[in-house]
Amino acid sequence: MNKELVLSLDHVTSGYRTGGIFKRGTYQEVLHDLSFDVRHGEILGLVGESGSGKSTLARTILGMVTPDAGEVIHYTKRPQMIFQDPYSSLNPAYNVEWILQEPLRIYGKYDAAERKRRCQEMVERVGLPLECLEARPNELSGGQCQRVSIAQALIQRPRFLIADEPVSALDVTIQAQILDLLRQLRDELDLSYLFISHDLNVVYQLCDRVLVMKKGCIVEQGTVDEIFDHPKEDYTKQLLAAAE
Amino acid sequence: MKKKKINGFLLTGLLIAGFVVGCIVLGFFWTPYPPDAMEAGAPHTAPCFAHLMGTDKFGRDIFSRVLRGAGTTLTIGVSTVALGTVGGLLIGSLTGYFGGTVDAFLMRVGDVLTAFPSVLLAMVILSVLGPGSKYNVVLALGLVFIPTFARVTRTAFAGLRDVNYVKSARLMGASSPRILVRHILPNIMPVLLPAITIGFNNAVLSEASMSYLGIGITPPEASLGYMLSEAQGMFARDPWYALCTGFTLVLLVFGVGLIGEGLQRRGREVF
Repeated sequence: MNKELVLSLDHVTSGYRTGGIFKRGTYQEVLHDLSFDVRHGEILGLVGESGSGKSTLARTILGMVTPDAGEVIHYTKRPQMIFQDPYSSLNPAYNVEWILQEPLRIYGKYDAAERKRRCQEMVERVGLPLECLEARPNELSGGQCQRVSIAQALIQRPRFLIADEPVSALDVTIQAQILDLLRQLRDELDLSYLFISHDLNVVYQLCDRVLVMKKGCIVEQGTVDEIFDHPKEDYTKQLLAAAE
Repeated sequence: MKKKKINGFLLTGLLIAGFVVGCIVLGFFWTPYPPDAMEAGAPHTAPCFAHLMGTDKFGRDIFSRVLRGAGTTLTIGVSTVALGTVGGLLIGSLTGYFGGTVDAFLMRVGDVLTAFPSVLLAMVILSVLGPGSKYNVVLALGLVFIPTFARVTRTAFAGLRDVNYVKSARLMGASSPRILVRHILPNIMPVLLPAITIGFNNAVLSEASMSYLGIGITPPEASLGYMLSEAQGMFARDPWYALCTGFTLVLLVFGVGLIGEGLQRRGREVF
């Protein structure tokens, strides 16, 4: 086991097939020959315009899409994901306590009292009042929902988290709070993130390293300072200019 | 916490259906007169206190007969819907969630089955199984109802297959049965419950039509549909027989229909 890495992608190519019984299938390649590592404890930003394959990459890493070539190597167990829309990622039929306990019930190693204790601890850790445990998702604000999603993703104690545009549906002050929370949780719980965003300002605030994607290829990667202060590729310069 | 609004449709429906079902349940244990007893009163008595719905030409108490007959109708309606719902949920959840070739094939079979009028199809199945028995009526109607329920649940399950909370349940390692039952099923209740009430009404009316046509329930058992066909011959002399039987049927269906409408409206408010 490599203790320095949490994830490696080795020449991964991936795409979608369409078609049915009566229709000739078509194949669209979305990711072309991607290789990169996520190092232990880092927040790796992934930026690129819409349609550049960022979400497909997340789905490939999580095994929802099988790569057609290359290999995704996980060095940690059960990476979790935080979604963009905070409302649709929480089951509307249950209250927050059920939602947070469900991952532990699935995991199946804790009794009811221990589940309750861990659930309360996690609620406090993500900065929610304990009253929230009784609430249904539709009674919470967007920021609170996103905190619950984060708590739910973290309650099985994963080491690696993929966040797909986790703050782009929230307004700016809430964005800053959630980003602070993510940074704080990284330090406290020894996490690594792959942080997907089209918002370069957010990436600049949060990330340690950045990958720039265009049409399914990585055009540039480096530390935040390298990318933001001395971009080498034209595409990166264009993105930065557009974000000014 | 949001305050729950009082839902007029649901409340009225529950009151009406509750009243009818309450009387029917009472009828299982006690009727004013034995339902088949001749000369329980003078023949051709109009409704009065001793005979709430009058008597027929044999002097049988119509109220007692209606209670017992509605019991049969209710039993058949509930069992039919239960069979249709369970079968439909099984097929619909699996095909909707997993999709693929089996899904496409089963849905085309469903298309073919729903192309026939349900009563006609049930009659065909019943004539194969052998008419007369209550259980065969339930089986025939239940089989006919499965495709409708399968379609409703399939659409609902397919719609929720890829929502984020289901995706994240999968990431947490939840098994497929767990996702189907605990994560998706509670969220399709706003679709399923109205479908069940509508299905119940259809089942009651289908059973009534089949018994009216003489291929459903046969004597000595009685159902509201069978009694309607019996009452038809006595309509000139004892109109209250047909009217009271029909009114009970309408009241039951109306109450359950209101419940369905109320559930549908509540579902729209929640989602």
